Amino acid sequence: MGAIYILWLRELKKYSRSRTQIVASLGQPLLYLLVLGFGLGPVFRQAGGGSYLQFMAPGIIGMAVLFTSIFSGIALLWDRQFGFLKETLVAPVPRLRIMIGRTFGGATVAILQGLLITAVCLIAGFRPVSAMMIPVAFLFMIGIAMVFAGLGTAIGSGLQDMQGFQLIMNFLVLPIFFLSGALFPLNNLPKALAIFTSLDPLTYGVDGLRAALTGASHFGIVTDAAVLAVVAAGLLCLGAWRFSKIEI
Amino acid sequence: MIRVQHLVKRFADFTAVNDISFAVPKGEIFAFLGPNGAGKTTTIKVLTTLLRPTSGTVELDGLDPTKHEDEARQSFGIVFQDPSLDQDLTAWENLELHGVLYHVTHKARRQRTEELLKLFELWEKRDALVKTFSGGMKRRLEIARGFLHTPKILFLDEPTLGLDPQSRNQLWTHVKQLNATENVTVFLTTHYMDEADRVAHRIAIIDHGRIVAMGTSQELKDQTQADSLEEAFLALTGATIRDETANATDQLRQVAKMWRR
Repeated sequence: MGAIYILWLRELKKYSRSRTQIVASLGQPLLYLLVLGFGLGPVFRQAGGGSYLQFMAPGIIGMAVLFTSIFSGIALLWDRQFGFLKETLVAPVPRLRIMIGRTFGGATVAILQGLLITAVCLIAGFRPVSAMMIPVAFLFMIGIAMVFAGLGTAIGSGLQDMQGFQLIMNFLVLPIFFLSGALFPLNNLPKALAIFTSLDPLTYGVDGLRAALTGASHFGIVTDAAVLAVVAAGLLCLGAWRFSKIEI
Repeated sequence: MIRVQHLVKRFADFTAVNDISFAVPKGEIFAFLGPNGAGKTTTIKVLTTLLRPTSGTVELDGLDPTKHEDEARQSFGIVFQDPSLDQDLTAWENLELHGVLYHVTHKARRQRTEELLKLFELWEKRDALVKTFSGGMKRRLEIARGFLHTPKILFLDEPTLGLDPQSRNQLWTHVKQLNATENVTVFLTTHYMDEADRVAHRIAIIDHGRIVAMGTSQELKDQTQADSLEEAFLALTGATIRDETANATDQLRQVAKMWRR
């Protein structure tokens, strides 16, 4: 247990020390929230969708958790470059524990980041419909964090250089975000797009968050939770397996 | 303490280590010398469970590291060729993390960390982030870390690469001191012949994956009728320059250098 705890703690320490990074990470969600929120707001309202800010805020929270958790996994690349990975991989500790400590640390950081963005959304004028459902929203944040920390670890375990990182960013992380229905409603989508959105795990995370925070959902909160849990379990296993195969 | 018999390590298209055998008794400082690409690092990687041998046997403190991986890992400390500290943690936190990973009890961890940081003259800097350290300080911290869990064997893979003579000198003084007081077996590689001459009890010279000579510094000099170990080394391995082709790891190293603050 000691190994898991100390590696989990390491992620938290690194997060709490990277103040500039925390501030920088607020930039993108703020941009979406303010520019899109207020820019597309009137159109959205005219189309009968209600408040766009209210609609989009859960999506932005989901985005923050997605980005932070997936990058915590990809940070394996940094540890590989700076050599620290070797220190953990020759330690007399089963690899699985190293992976669990790291991945859960990354997921915890992502949840903290999600809470921070939630606070920003509240300041921007977002209002959850029911205080009772806030713990449920928190559970969905955990779910999203687990899914993408697992995926990040799976990817980071095989990543060798920065070019690969750019590829992942443009062809995986951004599509996951844009296809998730974070920015647009899932009703009446063209068939092809509907298929892609339904294959994106973040779709269920955002839908669940939206259900908990605003009361409106597309798939139903139970479906969302079930899909997220299954995908999280699958991707964490994949991450553990890929991590066990790392060679240095 | 270390016993290697007929070790072979083959990668897809070339043989890095080709049938080497040697033994290092407890408490000895053993130097492994050779030109670039001779097989030094590959041998260390096999000994430290990072690579599996293609054939042959390896024994550390009587244990086969391929079968008893965790026990073997507990028995040695290693300082890699490249830095492996967490730059965003303090000196103290790096040692603390290592101690937990190596199952050192809380009390022993505190005591040992303090003792080693003092010995390596880093005690005053214990709460500073490692990224603010000089190259020499980082190396000292890594070696202190290697000793933290009181290993029976310490592997040092070119620990003095890129250090100034003062730091190199001081570093070996500490290593010798701990070798004497704790009876740690030390297995080292280096490109500096004067260091091997001064520090090592016995030296093996490896080239093209084979051990070409082994003995005390004096024996090697006598064998080649050379005045210095450097001359003996050149006589045994030839004077041509070895160029390693850069692989992905080397390229990563370049990037890491660029990003390191």
